[in-house]
Amino acid sequence: MAQHVVPPKVYFAVFTALIVLTATTTAISFLNLGPWNTVVALGIAFVKATLVALFFMHVKYSPRLTQIVVAGGLFWLAILIAFTLSDFMTRGWLPISR
Amino acid sequence: MSSAAIAPLPSEHPVEPRVNYLNATYGVKSWLLTRDHKRIALLYLASITFFFFLGGLFALLIRLELLTPAGDLVQSQTYNKLFTMHGVIMVFFFLIPSIPAVLGNFLIPMMIGAKDLAFPRLNLLSWYIYMVGATFTLWAVVHGGVDTGWTFYTPYSTASSNTHVVATAVGIFITGFSSILTGLNFIVTIHTMRAPGLTWFRLPLFVWSHYATSLIFVLATPVIAVTLLMVAVERLFHFGIFDPRLGGDPILFQHLFWFYSHPAVYIMVLPAMGVVSELVTTFSRKNIFGYKFVAFASIGIAVLGFLVWGHHMFVSGQSVYAGMIFSLLSFLVAIPSAVKVFNWTATMYKGSISYRTPMLYAFGFIGLFTIGGLTGLFLATLGVDVHVHDTYFIVAHFHYIMVGGAIMGYLGGIHYWWPKISGKLYPEAWARFAALVVFLGFNLTFFPQFILGYLGMPRRYHAYPPEFQVLNVMSTAGASILGVGYLMPMVYLVWSMRYGKAAPANPWGSTGLEWDTPSPPPTENFPVTPVVTDEPYHYSPGEVEVVG
Amino acid sequence: MAEARGPAAGAAPAAHAGPRELQHHFDTMEQQRDASSLGMWVFLVTEILFFGGLFLAYTVYRSQYARAFAEASRHLDISLGTFNTAVLIVSSLTMALAVFSASTGRRRAVLVFLLATMALGGVFLGVKAVEYGHKFHDHLVPGLHFRFPGPYARQAEIFYSLYFAMTGLHAAHMVIGIGLLTALVLQARKGRYGPDYYTPVEVSGLYWHFVDIVWIFLFPLLYLIGRHLH
Repeated sequence: MAQHVVPPKVYFAVFTALIVLTATTTAISFLNLGPWNTVVALGIAFVKATLVALFFMHVKYSPRLTQIVVAGGLFWLAILIAFTLSDFMTRGWLPISR
Repeated sequence: MSSAAIAPLPSEHPVEPRVNYLNATYGVKSWLLTRDHKRIALLYLASITFFFFLGGLFALLIRLELLTPAGDLVQSQTYNKLFTMHGVIMVFFFLIPSIPAVLGNFLIPMMIGAKDLAFPRLNLLSWYIYMVGATFTLWAVVHGGVDTGWTFYTPYSTASSNTHVVATAVGIFITGFSSILTGLNFIVTIHTMRAPGLTWFRLPLFVWSHYATSLIFVLATPVIAVTLLMVAVERLFHFGIFDPRLGGDPILFQHLFWFYSHPAVYIMVLPAMGVVSELVTTFSRKNIFGYKFVAFASIGIAVLGFLVWGHHMFVSGQSVYAGMIFSLLSFLVAIPSAVKVFNWTATMYKGSISYRTPMLYAFGFIGLFTIGGLTGLFLATLGVDVHVHDTYFIVAHFHYIMVGGAIMGYLGGIHYWWPKISGKLYPEAWARFAALVVFLGFNLTFFPQFILGYLGMPRRYHAYPPEFQVLNVMSTAGASILGVGYLMPMVYLVWSMRYGKAAPANPWGSTGLEWDTPSPPPTENFPVTPVVTDEPYHYSPGEVEVVG
Repeated sequence: MAEARGPAAGAAPAAHAGPRELQHHFDTMEQQRDASSLGMWVFLVTEILFFGGLFLAYTVYRSQYARAFAEASRHLDISLGTFNTAVLIVSSLTMALAVFSASTGRRRAVLVFLLATMALGGVFLGVKAVEYGHKFHDHLVPGLHFRFPGPYARQAEIFYSLYFAMTGLHAAHMVIGIGLLTALVLQARKGRYGPDYYTPVEVSGLYWHFVDIVWIFLFPLLYLIGRHLH
């Protein structure tokens, strides 16, 4: 693990971005964007999470192995959700013979 | 210092008292507060052996009931408790920890030339966590058990069953963290503590298969943990996550449950495959055929194993479309397993085979796992599964893998490394005889169950139509023989601890760093960190004296 | 892939030359640090899957009962939720600054930032307790005389089951995090953490940031889905 020291000004910049994004997501939630509400809210959440991971958790400065571990964990969660949803969302698609 | 290939004859080994991990310190505290991975392995050995025989006791009661077509030994709810407790105990408290927590703990540091695992205190903690979880479950057993099946399907488990679901679920939840810590420990150890020169492709295949298993430990176990937590919370606080009356979906539970429980079967079989790779190479005195194929097949099984869980849910109401995807993926996961079987066979071809007890178990594994695996393909076929789901065909299938496969691998490994672990040789004649008894007993128990299932006998019923009795009697007879076969090692292994011949460092003439240490090894394993220059399984053709 | 490390054959065995923090089974501090860091990251992956099960349940039911979930979500206090989100973000900042301070030898600052992080965690939990109190008062706790006006009462009970399960699990992790910080504070008071050894601060920071990330997702999914409905 690189003993990389991140200068505080990076932290403060990320912090500011996180606060702004939080205010934004709360404000936008009052606007009716139809299905886009969810997309925007989740999108902002992903950006915030990525900022925390890359800079606060030093993933940007970490060895490749760490980055693979993080990506792997997220990918596995995606498998759980995607495959399960593939059941729920296709329940009516194929007729079952009576 | 690289691995030796020739073992000295016993007469060259004076038997003098020597400090090793067993006698380095004395007293109960020195065992209960140990950080030595080898002692922790023995703590686990004691615990899982107890649970093996407890689970076996429930199996015995099940088979006694099934001697007659009528449900005349126990009531139906009691019978439900019997098969539930049998499943819960055997899966969570015996099979899942067995090889990793005993053999993996003991051997992985030694196989990579390290003094211990990366986190020795977490290792000890994982055993204590196991014991706490086991206590919850034992409490449930003593107070009347659980009758939901080891699968805990909702809404029966959350809303209807009046048995100790919460205690059992909490027990399994807690024990799950024991698995997680073990897997975490193995992954970090293998990444960061290999000896100089020990590249990934010089690792013994036992290490590869445990690495793959550890990936499953850390990725799958948390899901069952949170799922059982949801079941417990729903029962205790009447939350409504799976409650159909509120719009909850019981199939959601099944998705969450099987996301873990299918990979769990690979947790149970991958370590055994790792053992078999070691046994086949040693007792054929030959390098493994296709090392990289076997190594990558382990990873492939672990990864693909996560994509097939819906094959347990073909008739549950799951979307047929999703069922087709799961069916196709289930066929694919058979491929890396088959690759391993081919490679073990090719390893033996033109090898110098010796029929020691561990090799007998390896043969048993290869044959019985193949049968179990092939019947798995029948089950992956949607049309066939509709007919045999929830019949004895399924029961036979998974027992061929779990017992014919995993337990044989476990016993083979215990015998193979027994000299290293205990410093003693077990009596070979008795051990071979026991292996034979186990093999015959196993097949008599479970082969008739394939036929019963195919003929339509459902599982989890304590009564059945009279025309199934003959096959059931055969199965029960087999189970008694199998039980005797399992008791025999208990007797002679314990006997050998006191009266067995002293074992040399390398009784089998095997390659591998663990055989470079005395039997039993010192606490720190290697006084000097070894440097590895050889490929694994670098057997040279020619005569080598194999002791024992 | 990092190669294995260790002294060459024939190097002096047994007696471990090295700082007192070097555990006996490791050969170098760097190896120990790498192991600790990888260990915490693997543990965080298990936490992703642990929370993931609940996120799956949420996703499935939200996709099936979108309207009911939106209605139910409106009864959560968006101001308290937003405030709490900000609190955790500040606490992540203070935690990152604690790690920075340790790595640059500012031992007093380490203590200050760790205590600040703990305090902010405490604030978060206090606000959550207030929110839970409100829900109890409004009969929105499932299984406890749950009452929800309108046609979506049953699915709203599922929403609140998930709300309590997910925020409850998150809060439990916060409590554990505060426990970790307490242990760190006790060591930091003795000046234990400096540029040559601050791994415990670093890996505890990873845990704390992870718990923050979980909340970053919980907040919009639980609080923000029904605000645009009237």
